[in-house]
Amino acid sequence: MSLSSAKSFSRRTHRIYRHTLPIRLTHWINAFVLIILLMSGLQIFNAHPALYWGDKSTFARPLLFMGAVHGSSGQVKGITEIFGHKFDTTGVLGASKVEGQMTPRGFPAWATIPSLQWLAMGRRWHFFFAWIFVANGLIYVLYSLLSRHFSRDLLPSGRDLKSLGRTAWNHLLFRFPKGEEAKHYNVLQKITYLIVMFGLLPLAVLTGLAMSPWIDAAFPWLPASFDGRQSARTIHFITAFSLVIFFLIHVFIVIVSGAWNNLRSMITGRYDIREPAGT
Amino acid sequence: MTRKNSIDRRRFLARALAMSGAAFLTGCDKLSESEWFPRVLGSAEILNRKVQHLITPRRAMAEEFTETDLSPHFKSNGTHVPSDLEYQALAMKGFRDWRLKVSGLVKRPTSFSLKDLRALPSRTQITRHDCVEGWSCIGKWKGVRLSVLLEHAHPLSTARYVVFHCFDSLDLSGDKYYESIDFDDAYHPQTILAYEMNDKVLPIPYGAPLRLRVERQLGYKMAKYLKGIELVQSFEHIAGGKGGYWEDRGYEWYAGI
Repeated sequence: MSLSSAKSFSRRTHRIYRHTLPIRLTHWINAFVLIILLMSGLQIFNAHPALYWGDKSTFARPLLFMGAVHGSSGQVKGITEIFGHKFDTTGVLGASKVEGQMTPRGFPAWATIPSLQWLAMGRRWHFFFAWIFVANGLIYVLYSLLSRHFSRDLLPSGRDLKSLGRTAWNHLLFRFPKGEEAKHYNVLQKITYLIVMFGLLPLAVLTGLAMSPWIDAAFPWLPASFDGRQSARTIHFITAFSLVIFFLIHVFIVIVSGAWNNLRSMITGRYDIREPAGT
Repeated sequence: MTRKNSIDRRRFLARALAMSGAAFLTGCDKLSESEWFPRVLGSAEILNRKVQHLITPRRAMAEEFTETDLSPHFKSNGTHVPSDLEYQALAMKGFRDWRLKVSGLVKRPTSFSLKDLRALPSRTQITRHDCVEGWSCIGKWKGVRLSVLLEHAHPLSTARYVVFHCFDSLDLSGDKYYESIDFDDAYHPQTILAYEMNDKVLPIPYGAPLRLRVERQLGYKMAKYLKGIELVQSFEHIAGGKGGYWEDRGYEWYAGI
């Protein structure tokens, strides 16, 4: 054992109960279901790998387009076009290897469920897990409101908001709360979780529903509020990738702020509080 | 801890992550190819249909647009020109000899020529066509309401679905395209059999001489190149038994989503 770890053990450490069972369960179900929704969603996207704005598809002027072209020596090249700017994305977007063969497809086989081009099956996965996602989300929201997890742990207080700048600066320096402060979500966590759970996730559901022609007949204001069905599809896509970005930052911070401690607290609920040095 | 150790550990973790990812993907593919799992996933279709019908008034109308919203280029999907010889012979003569047969569970089996259909009261609508692939186009359609034809034929009380038989086949198996809808959709005011598109005689790539419009569902429900209408109690005995060409190939019968 090295000297530094012996020293840290001499500090006072105690375990608190941080996450209740319903929070832990809904967290992991949500994580699992969102991965399936993302990957089956990319499968559906691949059936027409282009995005537009408005009610209808403006095929000549897509916002985003992934396609394949034949290079000078006949090889297949993947092209991604964003706002008219073309990028060579061979191997990942537009064209990627399927069973060793360079094949035209939006997202690569390793990112889609099922891996091969199979729209009907992708839709089955997506719509089935969408229901589980909604049910799980409703259970989470109901529990959060009734148990006052929402008002007690998630709503930022005035003091929280005042500490926003300092907390953000500390995060940038990888200095994470210790002792008493670590017993609660910090203000950045609160704001991020609120944006994700009460902003992005409901937005994913609403933009998803706005793509349903049947729902559009019942609630014409729904696609209209996104400026049309094709823009709803585009926002659905942007929402999904915002969630991917959240996921990457989330996992990164979990790792750098005490991987095992964080992971255990989301599995067993128990979290180690380490008193700051000198107390 | 040495630096080398931590790099080894990182490499190990990355490899473990990649391997579990690959195992997850293989698992999903195995499940997709199994007999039972797609059936479990398919249960969501019933839920979608029931819930969407529950929250939607029966006569809720699909949004109608204006001339300025029309797509400059309406994508033609599926068959562009049917290879069927009978169809081509009919097309050569401008579909003058074409007739739409109405058969099955009806009191009065009949058939209509294009002229007959044009003589019936028509409906014109500018609607958004949503393809299962994800794109949308806006087009103007003129045709006869399906309910008018059904009133002529008098469906028997045992009839539950309207099946549309078509001239085109999309693959070499020779299976003809077909579709089916229930009576809620069949009697919906916007459910028409269109013979005009964007103020012109319906062109062949879009389903000449007659195609179905079911505006609250996806494009694959809207059968082109119609040959006949059959009223049935169940579509289990037709082709693959799932109620449509694409349905027999794994797509949902309820295409409202």
